[in-house]
Amino acid sequence: MISLSTKSLREAYGLSLLELARRDRNIVALDADLSKSTRTVLLQDEFPERFFEMGIAEQNMASTAAGFALAGKIPFMNTFAVFAAGRAFDQLRNSICIPNLKVRICGSSAGLSDFGDGKTHQSVEDIATMRSLPHMTVLAPADAVEVVKMMEKMPEIDGPVYIRINRNDLPPVTPEKEPWSPGKVWTLREGKDAAVFANGVMVSRALAAAEMLAGEGIQVRVLNLSTIKPLDRAGVIAAARGVRGIVTAEEGTIVGGMGSAVLEALRTERHGPVEFVGIPDVFGVSAKNYDDLLERYGLTAAAIRDAVKSVLQ
Amino acid sequence: MTAQSTIKSLEKTALRLRFNLLEMVGIGKAGHLGGSSSLAEIVAVLYFHKMKVNKADPRDPSRDLFLLSKGHAVLIQYAALGELGYFPKTEFAKVKTLAGALQGHPDMQTPGIEAVTGSLGQGLSIGVGMALALRLDGRPNRVHVVMGDGELSEGQIWEAAMAAWKFKVDNLVAFVDCNRIQATGPTCEIFDIPDIAKKWDAFGWKVIEIDGHNVGQIIGALEEAETVKGRPTVIIAHTVKGKGFSFAENNAAFHNGILTEELFARAKAELQAQAEALDKN
Repeated sequence: MISLSTKSLREAYGLSLLELARRDRNIVALDADLSKSTRTVLLQDEFPERFFEMGIAEQNMASTAAGFALAGKIPFMNTFAVFAAGRAFDQLRNSICIPNLKVRICGSSAGLSDFGDGKTHQSVEDIATMRSLPHMTVLAPADAVEVVKMMEKMPEIDGPVYIRINRNDLPPVTPEKEPWSPGKVWTLREGKDAAVFANGVMVSRALAAAEMLAGEGIQVRVLNLSTIKPLDRAGVIAAARGVRGIVTAEEGTIVGGMGSAVLEALRTERHGPVEFVGIPDVFGVSAKNYDDLLERYGLTAAAIRDAVKSVLQ
Repeated sequence: MTAQSTIKSLEKTALRLRFNLLEMVGIGKAGHLGGSSSLAEIVAVLYFHKMKVNKADPRDPSRDLFLLSKGHAVLIQYAALGELGYFPKTEFAKVKTLAGALQGHPDMQTPGIEAVTGSLGQGLSIGVGMALALRLDGRPNRVHVVMGDGELSEGQIWEAAMAAWKFKVDNLVAFVDCNRIQATGPTCEIFDIPDIAKKWDAFGWKVIEIDGHNVGQIIGALEEAETVKGRPTVIIAHTVKGKGFSFAENNAAFHNGILTEELFARAKAELQAQAEALDKN
């Protein structure tokens, strides 16, 4: 595993991809004029013959990636999340997901993390749409460490994978030593009163909320749901057991997102009240910095704290 | 020059594929007869003459590849694959039913099908990816992609056309099945795309225009394409939609039409007459 001093998920992704490419000559990368941002430029520099600049043509890139996979390569296709999951949705669906091809789709600058570029560049719905596709594995890492671990396991995952990469540095929250595997609920903090399921940037905020609530005598269990699909249903049920309320926290639309997935998993179980912390049914907006934007949509530790209190009332 | 005996044999094969088509379309069921039949000679030449295929091992790494970007014409591909023995011909009658395995559009669970196509415009991109992968591995296999002329309105095709030129893909040959009719009417009325050859030329492709029902011309174009280096080749094949079935020729109603008992009998009789004529010459 590569050692990591960066807090940048993009850099962790680019370095991990390069490392995978060093080990397996069948790995190729495709990018749509964003390689400096997605960090596939690292692979390009070392293996130019295995890097394919596809231009600003995401639909062609997705189907071309399918062709690579059909001919025995392991393609990683890269662009901003909003274009990967949106512009190329039909190509992901038909060229890649129906035949269950081993294509890796990197949705970079995901969620609101491309804060300045506004609604056309912010992916509020990618988790909801990607998890609706049969065969697709959907990953949302919480920090650079988790990105590295996911990339390490990538060769073992069958079929297509969508991995959501945040544009901004995120604080380390996942334990470096703990081995990662797809499709698991990761407990980051124990607590008996409420359970908070979070992923991506919201994990650190959930942990901060748990700390605040501990000061008020409320013990919160914090779960990192970094694999949204396939969902660890038994793990979600176990994590929700015994608490009086549940909160989900995600940087994406609450319509069909991770919170919805948690409730799907709990549909046969008795459980306490549930609240969603996420983006209501709206598109994004331009902001001066990432934190301002997260604040604008209530994606904060304080919002999670308030949501926990409301479900415990 | 291709031997007359080879040409004759492939003409008979194309006719046999049309008989197979008829069996799949059947009586009273909708089936894409028109756009399948316009491809009978091209598919016959590719599967029975030009391409390296292996029915015993459909995934043989040395095989040549065939992608039907206009996936709705998959009946003609089934006609060839069944004829070659990739699956039993008894599947023909069960096509597009829960009782059978053959899907309404190309599906990789069928032996011999190389990709999922049918959402139009994606096959050329898939072919470009395959061609680039083959080149990376230094493999000599060739990729063949068949598109429809109506399908050319899909923007992704032109993205793929630009990519194939940019990457100097020369192990791929594209066909445009110019049968001039799409689902709801003549292509010139529905969505006219003038100067198709000039467009591909402007995108940097080697362009060859042929009569898509002339076996000798199809073979000649494929042989010429093999000599083109450093850029992709497109064969613009002028065809007749519904070719071989007089009532369906140039008739949009049989893009995905239904054969009555009477039409089915007539179609069969027409094919039989063509077979007798071929035997006589």
